Amino acid sequence: MTATASRGRKPAALDAETAGRLRGYLRQMMLIRHFEERAGEAYSLGLIGGFCHLYIGQEAVAVGTISALRDDDHVISAYREHGHAIARGVTPRAVMAELFGKATGSSHGKGGSMHIFDAGRGFLGGHGIVGSHIALAAGHAFASKYRGQDSLTLCFFGEAAANIGAFHETLNMAGLWKLPVVFVCENNFYGMGTALHRAAAIEELHQRAASYGMPGQAVDGQDVMAVREAMDQAAARARADGTPTLLEIRTYRYVGHSMSDAVHGTYRSKEEVEEHKRRDPIRLLAELLRERAGMPEAEVDEMEQSVKAEVQDAWDFAESSPDPDPSALYTDVYAPEA
Amino acid sequence: MATKVVMEALSPTMEEGRLIEWKKQEGETVAAGDVLAEVETDKAVMELVARAGGVLRKQLVPAGATVPVATTVAVIAGKDEDIAALLGNGSAAPGAGAAKPAQGAAGAETAAAAETAGAAETVATAETAAAAGKAHPAPVVAAAPAAPATPADGGRVKASPLARRIAAERGVDLAGIAGSGPGGRVVQRDVERAPVAAAPAAGAAPRPARALPDEGYADEPLTQIRKTIAKRLVQSIGPVPTFYLTAEVDMERAWDAREALKALGPEGKVSFNDIILKAVATALRQHPACNAWWQDDHIRYWRDVHVGVAVAVEDGLITPVVRHADRKTLREISAEVRDMAGRARERRLRPEEYTGATFSISNLGMYDISHFTAIINPPEAGILAVGGIIEKPVAADGQVTIRRRMQVTMSCDHRVIDGATGAEFLRTLKTLLENPLALVW
Amino acid sequence: MAVLTYRDALNQALREEMQRDDRVFLMGEEVAEYNGAYKVSRGLLDEFGARRVVDTPIAELGFAGIGVGAAMVGLRPVIEMMTWNFALLAIDQIVNSAAKMRYMSGGQVGVPIVFRGPGGAALQLAAQHSQAFESWYAHIPGLKVVAPATPADAKGLLKSAIRDDDPVVFIEGEMLYNLKGEVPDGGEHLVPIGRAEVKRAGGEVTLVCHSKTVAVALKAAEELAAQGVDAEVLDLRSIRPLDEAALLASVAKTHRCVVVEEGWAFAGVGAQVVDTIQREIFDELDAPVLRVTQADVPMPYNKHLEKAAKADVPKTVAAARKVLYLE
Repeated sequence: MTATASRGRKPAALDAETAGRLRGYLRQMMLIRHFEERAGEAYSLGLIGGFCHLYIGQEAVAVGTISALRDDDHVISAYREHGHAIARGVTPRAVMAELFGKATGSSHGKGGSMHIFDAGRGFLGGHGIVGSHIALAAGHAFASKYRGQDSLTLCFFGEAAANIGAFHETLNMAGLWKLPVVFVCENNFYGMGTALHRAAAIEELHQRAASYGMPGQAVDGQDVMAVREAMDQAAARARADGTPTLLEIRTYRYVGHSMSDAVHGTYRSKEEVEEHKRRDPIRLLAELLRERAGMPEAEVDEMEQSVKAEVQDAWDFAESSPDPDPSALYTDVYAPEA
Repeated sequence: MATKVVMEALSPTMEEGRLIEWKKQEGETVAAGDVLAEVETDKAVMELVARAGGVLRKQLVPAGATVPVATTVAVIAGKDEDIAALLGNGSAAPGAGAAKPAQGAAGAETAAAAETAGAAETVATAETAAAAGKAHPAPVVAAAPAAPATPADGGRVKASPLARRIAAERGVDLAGIAGSGPGGRVVQRDVERAPVAAAPAAGAAPRPARALPDEGYADEPLTQIRKTIAKRLVQSIGPVPTFYLTAEVDMERAWDAREALKALGPEGKVSFNDIILKAVATALRQHPACNAWWQDDHIRYWRDVHVGVAVAVEDGLITPVVRHADRKTLREISAEVRDMAGRARERRLRPEEYTGATFSISNLGMYDISHFTAIINPPEAGILAVGGIIEKPVAADGQVTIRRRMQVTMSCDHRVIDGATGAEFLRTLKTLLENPLALVW
Repeated sequence: MAVLTYRDALNQALREEMQRDDRVFLMGEEVAEYNGAYKVSRGLLDEFGARRVVDTPIAELGFAGIGVGAAMVGLRPVIEMMTWNFALLAIDQIVNSAAKMRYMSGGQVGVPIVFRGPGGAALQLAAQHSQAFESWYAHIPGLKVVAPATPADAKGLLKSAIRDDDPVVFIEGEMLYNLKGEVPDGGEHLVPIGRAEVKRAGGEVTLVCHSKTVAVALKAAEELAAQGVDAEVLDLRSIRPLDEAALLASVAKTHRCVVVEEGWAFAGVGAQVVDTIQREIFDELDAPVLRVTQADVPMPYNKHLEKAAKADVPKTVAAARKVLYLE
C-alpha cells in the first residue's frame, strides 16, 4: 500500500487491447493539456474572467481514474476541474463556452471555470470552497448505498484540502458507514504557495486513511497505468461492499496556482519545476507506447493535430456563442413553479 | 385642577398668533368662556377664551409677543394649587418634549387629560373644533394663495404619509393643523378631527357644526376624459390650468336700475358690485357646472351658491363670502357685503365668513381698470374679474351710439370647466345684467 | 381536529412523509436510538429502521454536506440540527453548497433538502445557545426559510418543506415543542411555504411576528384590546419567500405596524419587513414602523437580564401604543 506502483515494471510488449486503451488515454491527456494551454491564452486575452486554475502536468490523474468509471458513477471535483470534466466526457465545447461565460456553456454561463457541471454524465461540479465538496461526495455515495446500487463516487481534491474539517468529518463517516467513495487526493505538493511540509503534520497523507478505517495508498500520478491500476482496486472495493479508499496521487502542476500566479515564484524554484517536467505524464506515456507497442512518432503528431483542431473548434464555438439572455439572471435560483 | 392655556389655531391656516392684549391679569378669577386675550391671527383678530375656570395664575407670554400655535401662554389653576410642574415646560416651544395638544382642543388640555388619551379626548376635541367654527378649508386669499404655511420651527410641515394622503384627498391644508404626534407630527387622527368643508368619508370624523347643509353638493367621480384633460392641462400650464373668457356687457339698463333704486332713498343704495354679485349668483344657479370645486380625484358640484368677494385690506386681500347669494335679495346682498367688507378691513371677520366660497368675484372697476384677469382661488373652479363701466361708442342697429359698457373676464379651471361651459355661463350673466329685471323675475 | 403538541405534529409530519416517499430520510445527532434530543423523532427508528433514520457523529459540516450530496442525486434528506446554534459549523454547506447549487449548475442540479431544528432562546442557556438565525438564512437567495408558531403550521409546513424541490431552512422553537394546538386530521394537511396568516384580526395596528413571538403578539393584542386598541396579529410563518401581499394588505388596513421578532435588530427580519412597507405603501403609514427585538447584546445567563433582553409582551404593547400615538 505504499510507494509508487510503477516501479519495477518490466518493459514487455503490450497486448493489443491495452495498447489501444493507452492510445486513448494519451489522446485524452493531450486534449486536456492543449485545452488548458489555450484556456490560459484566452484568459490572457480577456476572453475568460474571474479565477482560472489550470491542470497542466496533472493529466494522468484525471485520465487514469475516470477511465475506470461506469456511466452510473459520480464524479465531483474542486476548482481545478477542467481536466476532470473533459476526461468524464464533457465536451471541450461545453467547457470552453462555460469559461467564456456563454449561454452554451455547461452551466449556461452561470458557473464559470470553478463550476463545471454535467449532471447527465454524473459530473457534479466544480466547487470553489476548499474541501467542502468532499462531504458532498459522501452524500452521493450515501445515495447509491441507500438505493442498493453498486455505483461509486470519485472525488478529487488537492492535498491542501486534506487539512480541513470537512475532509476529516467526511472520511470518518464514509469509513464508519462504508460509503462507496474513492477519495483522490491530488498531491501536487503546494496548496497555493504553501508547501505540503509546511502545512501537514505528516506528509504521507495516505496514512491518514488509517484513522478512518479505510485503505490508503500513495500512487505515482505521472504514470497513468499506475493510477489506473490503483483506481481499479479502489473501485472494486467500493462496488463490493462500499469500502471507501483514500488515494494519495502524487503529481505536479507546471503552472501557477491560478492565472494570477507565476509558474514558479516565491515558493518554488524554476529548477524544481523543470525537474518535475522531466517526468511529464504525456511524454512518459508516449515513450511507453513507442517502446512497448511500437507506436510511430507520426501517430503522436497526428494526435497533436487532432486535439489542436478539437480545441480550436471549442474556442470558435465558445467565441461565437451568445451571452446568456438577461432574463437568465433570475432563473435557476429556485425550482421552476410546478 | 390646573389647566394650560395654549395659543389656539384660530384660523385654518394659522401657524402662529400675536397676543395683542391680555384681557385678564394674573390673579384674576376667570370662568370658562371668559375672554383671556385678543390674538391676531394671519387673518383676523380673535378672542382667546378660557377653557376652564379658576385663577389666572401665570401669563407666560407678554402682550405683543408672537408664538406658535399650541404654545402654552398661561396657566389657570386653583388659588393655591402647585403649578410648578406645568410651568416646567410651559414655555417650551412646540415640538419639545411632550406631544402637542390636538387641534382645536388645545386650550382645554388639562394635565389630567394629557394622561388619559383616548376616546374622551377625541370627543372633546371634536366638540371644541366644532365650537370654534372652523368649517371651511378653502384658502382665503383670492388673488394669491397664502404663502405655504411654515411651522414654528421654520421647517416643513411634519405629517405622517397617511395624514398627507388624507389631507390631500379632503382638501385640508396640513399647515393649519396642530399635530399631536412626536415633534408636532400631524397624524391621521389630527386630519380626521380637523374641520373639513366637505363631508368626510362616511362614519369618519365628526361633522363640523358650521358645515354646509347636508348634501349641499354632489360629488361626481372623474370620467376618464376628465382625468386625461386634467392631467394634460396641469402638465401644460401649472397646478391650476386656467383659461380666460372675456365678454363685454352693456350696462345701460343696470345703470338706470341702480339710479332708480337710489332715488328711493338712502336704503335703496346698491353698488354695481352688488348687482353683479346677484347676477353671478343667479347665473351660477343656472350653470351648476361652473359652481364647483376641483377635488383631485373628483369634482364637487355645489347645490348652493356661495359667492366670495375680494376685498382689499391694508396688507393684502380677503374674500368675504355671501352665502346662498342666489337666494338673497339685492338689498340683503348689499347690506351683507357692506358689513363684511368693513369688518374685513378691521380684521374682524370670523373664519367661517371668509371660507367656503363656490365661486368668486374680483372687482377693480373703481380703479378705472377696464379689463384684467384674476387668479382662481382653489378649489373653486372659477373667478370673475370685473372691469370698470366705461362710456364708449358702440355700433348697434347700424348706428354708432355711446353706451356704458363693462368688460368681465372669467378665469376657468379647465379641469372642471370647458370653454363652451364657461361661455354659456357668461352669456347668461350678460343677459341678466343687460336685463336686470330678470334678477327679480 | 386532533389536539397535538408541536413536537408530535412535527413527528407526524416526518412519519407521514417517510411513509409516502422512500427517498425521504432523517439524519442527525441523536435522531435514531435516542429518539431525538427533543424527541421529535420518537419512534421513527422502530418504524423505518437504521437505513432511513441515521444517527451521526458530532460533525455538523460533514453530515450537512452528506445530506446536500444525497439531495443532489435525488434523495430528500431531512437533516436535523440539534439546535441552530450548532449549524454555524455547517453553514458553509447550507449557504455555499445547498443554496447555490441550482444556480451555478445552470439549473441542472437541485437540492431538495430540509435542515431543521430548534432556534432562538430557551431559558437561561446563555450566549452560545440562544440565537435566532432566521435573518441569516433569509439573506441567501436559493434558500427558503420557515418558522412555524403552532402545531398545525409546524406539521403543514414541514410536510411542504419535505416536498419542496429547494433547500428549506426549517426553524422550530425549543420553547414551542410542548405547545398544544389543533391539527387537522388526515395526511394531506399542507401549509404552503410563503403564506403568512392573520392569527388575530384587528384594525388599528398590525403586529408582525413569527415563531415564538406569535404568542407574544397575541398576548400583547389581548392587553391592547383591554385598553381599547384593536390589534391585528400577522404570523409570517415563512420568512423567505416573504408574503409581501399579506403584509401590505394588513398594514394598508391598519396604517401602523410593529414587528416583533426574537433575533437582533440589525439587518433582521423586521428590517426587511419595514423596507417592504415603506417602499410599497409609504402613503398608508401613520407612524414609523417600530421593532421589538432581542437587545443588541449576546444573551446573558442571569434570568432577569435574560428577560430584559428578550422581546416580550410589555415591550410589544408599548411599541403598539407608541405607533398609535398613545404614549
